[in-house]
Amino acid sequence: MAVADKYEMVCGLEVHVELQTKTKIFCGCTTEFGGEQNTHVCPVCLGMPGALPVLNREVVNYAIKAGLALESEIAQFSKFDRKNYFYPDLSKNYQTSQFDLPICIKGGLEIEAEGEKKWIGITRAHMEEDAGKLVHSGETISTSNESSVDYNRAGVPLLEIVSEPDMRTIPEVLAYLEKLVQILEYTEVSDCRLEQGSVRFDVNVSLRPIGATSLGTRTETKNLNSFSSVRRCMEYEIARQARVLDAGENVVQETRTWDEGQGITLTLRSKEEAHDYRYFPEPDLAPLIIDREWVEKIRKTLPELPAARRTRLQALGLSAYDATVITQAKAMADFFDEALASYGDAKTLANWIMGDVTRLLNTNQCRVADSPISAKQLAELLALIDKGTLSGKIAKSVLEEMYSTGKDPSIIVKEKGLAQISDEGALLGIIDSVIAANPQSVEDYRAGKDRAIGFLVGQIMKATKGQANPGLVNQLLKEKLS
Amino acid sequence: MGIEKSVSELHELLAHKDMSSTELTKAYIERIQAVDPKLKAYLTVLEDQALAQAAEVDRRIAQGEVLGALEGIPMALKDNLCTEGVRTSCASKMLENFIPPYNATVTDRLRTAGTILLGKVNMDEFAMGSSTENSYFAKTRNPWDLECVPGGSSGGAAVAVAADEAAFALGSDTGGSIRQPAAFCGVVGMKPTYGAVSRYGLIAFASSLDQIGPLTKTVRDNALVMNAIAGYDRLDSTSVPFEKPDYTEFLVNNIRGLKIGIPKEYYGEGIDPDVAKGIQAGIQTLINLGAEVAECSLPHTEYAIPAYYLIATAEASSNLARYDGVRYGYRAEAEDVLGMFKKTRSEGFGQEVKRRIMLGTYALSSGYYDAYYLKAQKVRTLIKQDFDKAFERFDVLLSPTAPTAAFKFGEKSANPLAMYLSDITTVPINLAGIPAISIPAGFVNGLPIGMQFMGKALDEGTLYRAAYTFEQNTYYHTLKPQLSGEVLTCGSR
Repeated sequence: MAVADKYEMVCGLEVHVELQTKTKIFCGCTTEFGGEQNTHVCPVCLGMPGALPVLNREVVNYAIKAGLALESEIAQFSKFDRKNYFYPDLSKNYQTSQFDLPICIKGGLEIEAEGEKKWIGITRAHMEEDAGKLVHSGETISTSNESSVDYNRAGVPLLEIVSEPDMRTIPEVLAYLEKLVQILEYTEVSDCRLEQGSVRFDVNVSLRPIGATSLGTRTETKNLNSFSSVRRCMEYEIARQARVLDAGENVVQETRTWDEGQGITLTLRSKEEAHDYRYFPEPDLAPLIIDREWVEKIRKTLPELPAARRTRLQALGLSAYDATVITQAKAMADFFDEALASYGDAKTLANWIMGDVTRLLNTNQCRVADSPISAKQLAELLALIDKGTLSGKIAKSVLEEMYSTGKDPSIIVKEKGLAQISDEGALLGIIDSVIAANPQSVEDYRAGKDRAIGFLVGQIMKATKGQANPGLVNQLLKEKLS
Repeated sequence: MGIEKSVSELHELLAHKDMSSTELTKAYIERIQAVDPKLKAYLTVLEDQALAQAAEVDRRIAQGEVLGALEGIPMALKDNLCTEGVRTSCASKMLENFIPPYNATVTDRLRTAGTILLGKVNMDEFAMGSSTENSYFAKTRNPWDLECVPGGSSGGAAVAVAADEAAFALGSDTGGSIRQPAAFCGVVGMKPTYGAVSRYGLIAFASSLDQIGPLTKTVRDNALVMNAIAGYDRLDSTSVPFEKPDYTEFLVNNIRGLKIGIPKEYYGEGIDPDVAKGIQAGIQTLINLGAEVAECSLPHTEYAIPAYYLIATAEASSNLARYDGVRYGYRAEAEDVLGMFKKTRSEGFGQEVKRRIMLGTYALSSGYYDAYYLKAQKVRTLIKQDFDKAFERFDVLLSPTAPTAAFKFGEKSANPLAMYLSDITTVPINLAGIPAISIPAGFVNGLPIGMQFMGKALDEGTLYRAAYTFEQNTYYHTLKPQLSGEVLTCGSR
C-alpha cells in the first residue's frame, strides 16, 4: 500500500528571509553580500563589550510591508527578546529576536495546488538578526584543522515567517513557498536570492493515519536553501517516518539536518538535547510601539500584488496561463505594464515577452531587471510591425540587434535599411521580373498547383532581401496571375 | 600643590593661570606614584597621554581661550568604561588584554569637555561586588583605614577621589556601586536617573539597572561633571530624550519648605545603630535648615534584594555570554569549540562572576522563568509604585547610603548572602530607575558614613539642592583621610 493511502502528511514551515535594507538591523554596517571576510562589521555587530544596538527603522517598515502583503495584523505593541545559546557565529552568544510578541500575527495566503485553491495560515512573522558564517579550512567542520568566523552577515535583518501546519502534500508546500517568495519579491522587502542564502527554510513534517484528527509526532529539518531541497527532504522524511510507523515504532521528536549529497536527513539534536534558549526581553531596546498612522503610511506603499495583477491582465484579454506567467515575477510584470503604456495590444505584447524576449534573456542568463532592451523599446518595435514597416520575421532579428546593442529599433531599421517594402510600384516591377524568369511556376499555378505561388513569393522575398511586405506581395501576385 | 582642591577651585587656578594643567597633571601623577602602590586605586596610569592632553589644554589657555568648567581637570574612569586604545579590563582576567577600538559616550564627552584622563581605576570584576575585593588584579584599600574595603564596585573611583589621586572620577552603579563606595570613602556619588547618561561603551553588567555617574569631592563638582556627561545619546536606545538643565543652577543653600520623606523600611535591622544615629543627626540638621521631614513607607522594600539579584544576574548571564574566547579577550586552548568555551569561561571569570552567571542562567531556565524572572519584574513594578506614591507627598527621600561604615577585608567575602544584604538601601533605587546621591554625613569610629537622597526621575536638580545645602552647613566633606608615612613610602614594605 502506498504511503499516501495509509498516512496523511502534515507540514508547517518556518521561512527565514533576509530583508533588503541597505544597513543592518542594529548598526550602520552595509548588508551587501560578499566582501572580504569581516569588513562589513563594527563594534555593535561584533558584539564588542559595551556596544549597544539601535533598531533600524527601515527594518520595521519592511516587516510591516511584508506583514500587510501576507494579510497579517500588525501588532501595536511588540518587543525584542534575547535568544540565548552558544555558537561561534553568534557574536554575543545570544540572538536578538522576537519571542512572545512578534510584529506580525494571524496572516496567510492563498495557494493553488493540483487545481485546488487553499488558504494557508501564517501564525506569525518576527524580526531578528542573522548570525555570521563559519568558514572551515576543510570540507566540513570535522575534517578541518581550523575554522574562522566571518561576521559580515551578522546583524543582517531577517523576517522569520511561521506558517500554520496547514499543508498536506508536497505540491501544496511548494506552492506555498513559491507564492510566499513571489509576494516578498513583489513587495520588494527581499530580493529572495536563494543561491546567496537570502531565504532559508525549516520544514516540520509529521504523519498520521488517514482519518486521524490528532497530530503525529513531528520532526523539524533545518536550514534548507532551495525548493528542490525542500521537495527531496520531504520525500525522504515522509518515507522514513512511514517506515518507522509501519514497523510499529514511534517517530522521535527531534531536530534533523538535510544532507544534500546523500539525499537523506540526519538527527541533529533530540528533544532532550534541545536548547533551552532562556528567552527574556532585550533590555537594551525599548518596546516597539507601532501606531495606526505608521501602518497606513506603509500600506500606501504596497504594490499591486500578484493575484490582483493577474486578474487585471486577464481582463485585458490575456489567458489565465499567460497572465500567470507574466505576473510570476514582479520585474516581468512591471516590464509588461511599462510596455503596455505605449503599446496597447496586450495579447501580442504578452506573446513577445513570453517568447522571444524571455528566450533572449534566458540564453544570456540575464534578469528582466537588467534587460538591455527596455520595455519602451519593445513597444516601439511592435508598433513598427503594426505600421507595416517591419515584418514579424525581420522584427525578430531587430530584437536580437536591440539586445546586443541596446539601440532603439527605429535606429537599427534606418542604419541597416531594413524597412519593409510596401510601395506597390516598386513591388510590381520585381513581381514582373520574377514572373518573367519563372514561366514554369506560373504555368503550374495556373494549372491549379497552389503550392507554386509559395515558390514565387519566396523568389520575390529573396529579391528584396526579405524586406517586401509579404501580405502585399501575395495580394499583388495573385492579381497579376489571375 | 592643588590636588586636594575641588574641580571648581582648580578651574579658577587654571583660568587665572596660577597653575598650568601640566603642573596639575604632574602633581596628580606624583601623588599616584606616592600612594597608589599601597592604595591600589589604579589599574592603568596614562602618564604620557595625560601630560600630552594637559599640554594641549595649556596651549589653549596660552592663546587666551575661555576655559570650560572641566577643561584641564585630571580625572579617572572606572575600568568598565571603554577608552579607545587604552586597556579596559573590567578588572577581569577575561579582558586583561582588551583594548577597545572605540570610546564610551561618556569618555568622548569628557574628552570634548577638555578633561585629562589620568587612568583607569579598579573595581569588582564586571562590577559585581560591594567591596572591590572581587578584582582579578588588586585589592584597593580604603584611605581612611587601610584594613578596610573601599566599598564597591566603584572602589577604585572612590579611593582615587578621596585620596587626591584624581580631581573626580566616573563610576557605574547597578545596585549601589557608586553610592556605597562614595559613602565608605567620604566623597559625593551620584547615581543618575536610568537613561540620563548614555550607557554606550559601559561594559554591561545588568543592562536595565546600570547607570554611569560622577564621584566627586563636592556637590558642586558633581553637578559640573553631570553637566558634561548627561543628555540624550542616539547610540543608547534606552537613553531618555530630555532637556538637560544646567545642574549648577540648583546649587542654592536653601531647603526651606523642602519636603523630605524618611522611608521607615530603610532603618530596619541590620542598620548599624551608630550609622542610624549619624543619619538622625543629619536629619536634625535638615530640619533646622527649614526642611519639612516626615516618616513614610516603601512597603515592598523587603523584596527588593531578591528581585534585584534575580534580574541583575539574569541579565548578566546573557550580557557576559559574549566572553567566549572567539573574538577578543582571554582564550584557553582546547580540543574543540565547546571545550574552548568552557575552559575559557572557567579560567577567565572569577568566583563571584561565575556564581552570578549560574544564578542568572538558572533564573531564566525553562520552567523557572515565571517563578523567578517574571515574578521579580512584577516586584520591580511594585517597588516603582512605592516610590511614585511617596513622591506624591515628598520632594526627596532620605536614608543612610549603606547600613554600616566600611568593613574589614574578608569580613563579608566568605558569605555572599551577607554581602548582598548590605545593598538593601541602594538596590531599590536602581530597580525604580530613579536618581540618588550619597554625600558625607559624619563618621563612625573614624570611618565616613554616607547619607542618601533619592529623587523623582530626572529630578537630579532637587537632589543637588538638598545635598548642597546639607554640605554647606556641615564640615564632613572638608575632612581628609590622613595617609600615614607608611603609605607614602610604602615601596619599602
